[in-house]
Amino acid sequence: MKRFDAIKAIVQKAEDKDSLLICNIGYPSRELHDLKDRSANFYMLGSMGLSSSIGLGVALSVPERHVIAIDGDGSVLMNMGSLATIAHQHPKNYLLVVIDNGAYGSTGDQLTATALGTDLAIVAKGAGIDEVHNTFSEEEFREKLKNVDRGVIVVHVDAGNSKVPVIHLTPEKIIERFMSECARPSMSS
Amino acid sequence: MDASVAVFNGIKMTGVDFVVSVPCINLKEIFPMIDDDPTMIHIPVTREEEGVGICAGAYMGGRIPAMLMQNSGLGNSINALASLNTLFHIPLLLIMSHRGCEGETICAQYPMGQMTPSLLDTLDIPYVIPTIDTVEDAIHYAWRIAIEKKRPVAVLLEIGFWEAE
Repeated sequence: MKRFDAIKAIVQKAEDKDSLLICNIGYPSRELHDLKDRSANFYMLGSMGLSSSIGLGVALSVPERHVIAIDGDGSVLMNMGSLATIAHQHPKNYLLVVIDNGAYGSTGDQLTATALGTDLAIVAKGAGIDEVHNTFSEEEFREKLKNVDRGVIVVHVDAGNSKVPVIHLTPEKIIERFMSECARPSMSS
Repeated sequence: MDASVAVFNGIKMTGVDFVVSVPCINLKEIFPMIDDDPTMIHIPVTREEEGVGICAGAYMGGRIPAMLMQNSGLGNSINALASLNTLFHIPLLLIMSHRGCEGETICAQYPMGQMTPSLLDTLDIPYVIPTIDTVEDAIHYAWRIAIEKKRPVAVLLEIGFWEAE
């Protein structure tokens, strides 16, 4: 399984739950945009490390909507404190999915600490998050996604990017449509 | 009036309903006031950069966010303030205890304290330096500018601010 396959599964869940979806910088956002561009997708074009924080802020502010943040191993390693903050806030409408490919995928696949022994699922547990799932196959990941709406899912994938174009939406457009999505009621039953 | 009460009143009057914080000794009286106010969510964070991200999410979700912080945390936030707030035109109210200015007793506070105004200038973040008498209006004004210009605005609370009671 590659990151692209994991994002494909996340998009399905986001569609089912009418979720607001915050996506990590670089290839993850490009892959999401290529798979399914939605107004409810926030493509974080800069600020590496902050996807999980933006997602938390949205989740706490719009408690009636389901919120998913897609993050990566390199990014979570850069902002590990976010896991502690998520733990003490524990919003029930917030799911953080960490796609762990053991590499800085947008900058040439340099190894991250997770390729050298760091286990982000244990880190998330240790930070105090009560619901943490560690998944190693596409089947297992899809099964967890189906049943889990909050907490953290770590999904282990092989490194490698898909051949997808850059996002041509302007930052102004991305935030304008995302904020309109935040302001409407959930269509999910 | 008490300096902490004046700052809290300014935040309250402005309609701030979402506060993230990293503590400073000069802000310590304000945190319990925020915790006791049912109209405000208070989220203590581990690092200011994280707070910038959470506040950006809160703003997109329709809240009026503020970050209570020490100026040392400005250095921890610069990439986010530029590549998130400036890029996407996201307003943010930074209520900043300014250490390392006149009256400082801890030498480690000086380097960042002296650089703080010029860093804000470089980041194109407007700032106000109020007294106790002007702080309520200054906070209100700062948020109005933040919304108008769609960018972060800082309220710098110098050491003298807290000593003028």
